[in-house]
Amino acid sequence: MTLIVKEVTRLTVGLIFLFGIYIMLHGHLTPGGGFAGGVIVALSFIHMVLAYGGDFATKKMNSRIATILESLGGLMFLSLALLGLIFAGVFFLNLLPKGMPFELKSAGIIPLCNIAICIKVGAGLFLVFTLLTMFKPGGDK
Amino acid sequence: MIYFLCFVLFCVGLYGILVKRNLIKIIIGMSILDYASYLFLVLVGFRMEGRAPIYDKAQEVKNMVDPIPQALVLTAIVIGLAVLALMISIAVRLYEKYGTYDITEIRKLRG
Amino acid sequence: MTRLLPFFIALPLGCAFLVNLFKNKKAADVLANLCTFILLVLSLATISIVKAHGIVVYKVGNWIPPIGISMVVDGLTVFLLVTVNLVSFLSSLYSIDYMEKYTAKPKFYSLFLLMLTGMNGLIVTGDLFNMFVFLELAGVASYALVAFGTEAEELEASFKYMILSSLSASFVLLGVTMIYSYTSSLNMADVALTLAQKSSSPDVTILFIAVLFLMGFGLKAAIVPFHPWLPDAHPSAPAPISAMLSGVLIKALGIYAMLRVFFCILGASPLFLETLCILGILSMIVGVLLAIGQWDVKRLFAYHSISQVGYVLLGIGLGTPLGILGGLFHLFNHSMFKSLLFLNSGSLDYAAGTRNLKEMGGLKDAMPVTEKTSLVASLSISGIPPFNGFWSKLFIIVACVQARHPGYALWAIIGSLLTLSSFMKVMRYAFYGMPKKAYASLKEAPSSMQAAMIILAIICLLGGVLLFPLFRNALLQPAVDVLLNGKNYATIVFSQLK
Repeated sequence: MTLIVKEVTRLTVGLIFLFGIYIMLHGHLTPGGGFAGGVIVALSFIHMVLAYGGDFATKKMNSRIATILESLGGLMFLSLALLGLIFAGVFFLNLLPKGMPFELKSAGIIPLCNIAICIKVGAGLFLVFTLLTMFKPGGDK
Repeated sequence: MIYFLCFVLFCVGLYGILVKRNLIKIIIGMSILDYASYLFLVLVGFRMEGRAPIYDKAQEVKNMVDPIPQALVLTAIVIGLAVLALMISIAVRLYEKYGTYDITEIRKLRG
Repeated sequence: MTRLLPFFIALPLGCAFLVNLFKNKKAADVLANLCTFILLVLSLATISIVKAHGIVVYKVGNWIPPIGISMVVDGLTVFLLVTVNLVSFLSSLYSIDYMEKYTAKPKFYSLFLLMLTGMNGLIVTGDLFNMFVFLELAGVASYALVAFGTEAEELEASFKYMILSSLSASFVLLGVTMIYSYTSSLNMADVALTLAQKSSSPDVTILFIAVLFLMGFGLKAAIVPFHPWLPDAHPSAPAPISAMLSGVLIKALGIYAMLRVFFCILGASPLFLETLCILGILSMIVGVLLAIGQWDVKRLFAYHSISQVGYVLLGIGLGTPLGILGGLFHLFNHSMFKSLLFLNSGSLDYAAGTRNLKEMGGLKDAMPVTEKTSLVASLSISGIPPFNGFWSKLFIIVACVQARHPGYALWAIIGSLLTLSSFMKVMRYAFYGMPKKAYASLKEAPSSMQAAMIILAIICLLGGVLLFPLFRNALLQPAVDVLLNGKNYATIVFSQLK
């Protein structure tokens, strides 16, 4: 990619990542939430791959780390649901304090679930992109 | 009236799946069909004089459109994305094995 | 004790994410088989729970339906839970040794457990959109599993299966949308109550919704106008996955969902029951006629799946208690002997390296366990006493005659005779006859594969025991009662909530 693309990418990739995290954290107040935030976070990494090429970008985030992150995100979501079962007897109960409406720290476990979904979706979409484009025949599925 | 346009979009997607011979065009037709059904689901939740179903401190509560179909459509879009990713990866692998995207030539299984 | 209900979904989902992290194959084996074994024990324990309470309603997140999602476990649910978890435990036991020939075994287990999550979730849920989500989850996992070997034919079969199946799931979504717009609720019991209050005599909306659901679930169940994906997808999958797909996936996703929506929510009108009978007979005859000419052993079994699902539909479509008992019992029996047949074909493939009947021959001495279990399964599917297939087919035929449809009984007998002839062909070409020289040094399948096949064969042999009053009242009769109760399901569920 040309120099202009590389310089602009270098400046904006961090901002895109931050914007994705903002959308995800305010998921219980504004539209968006875990899935939309996760897509934007994945887009920031894909942006880096597109501008700098696969070999350079895999130093920052490669498919091995993304696989582990994806599984961890799923396990985190499931353990949040099971916390309700263990501590209060009902699966998926919203057991953290609900706080005042319109605050950032409110609505029980919903922000934590959003974080788990963001990690999982971000890692998953980045993995799909990586495996589709940088695929070498002879590997597993 | 607008439900009829949703149905037209659904038929466009269906035409793509049934008539086109290129694998990628079939996948695009499938996507259009999915999006038509999501559009239909969101439009079911429309209420007259309604506004977006978001609580805000500054505004008072008036009529809102139905938020349940919007949550359902969000889930359905994620599912559609996963199926689309799987379809495209299988199409890429099919191109490697057969050398063509034409479905009239990918016919080893018959009978 | 009802606190254990969410584990049907949470346990395989958690294990699916965990297994993906392992690189060591033995650890993945142990974890996956432990998970399926615990699920089997849980599902057997659920029988006693349902016997004590009648029906169990679990509110997820403590939200009261119709605002929240609920899990409803009644007789039909527990019947299918036992079937699904039994077949999945035996399939995962079988795949310890069979999947050594493929790469990426931990990913295989991860996808397998995801498919199991989808099926379990669909069976226990009491909410329509939740059913759609689990339907798609199990479906997507099965598309990936069909293409697992990544040979050319497997990819082609998986693509065809994927397009048709996504189309059918999209029809199911349209049906759920129409129900939501007509009754503004998604909870199954609530929709049933609202529809009962709203009924106007020629209700075109209900007819449209019923047709949409019939198309959607009918394709998942491989009923005859919607069957073309099955003869390509089921042979191409690895053998334990073929056993799962043909044994439980078409039943949990197709038939159970259709029965739940039609009998408990929309109301089983005589028009619908007549349609089920006609489609059942069509599936029976078309499936078995197409199966006789096949030389690929797994493709032959796949066509027979279409035919046997026709028997189930015929039994349930009759609407009488004896017919529904026969149909549901045949569903259980077919899971058992069809999984056993596919596992046998897998062990033939593992040892002889081919699926073509013309190339096999005389394997009786080299593979005794496979030959005996295959004989048991073939006699079961053809309906020879005292195996389990005989009893269920007898009930269906007697119920046809009792319900004044002797023509249906005649078609059922013809289908059974043709099934017997095609399985005699399989046994003769695969096992009996002169051994070919190339197969002189064949060994029997490894021990875990043998164990799974022997357990299934014993269940096929003793399956008639399920009709004794002790077991029948525990497992089969509650399922039949749920279907006969029909829309009273809703009143029972709401009375449980108070």
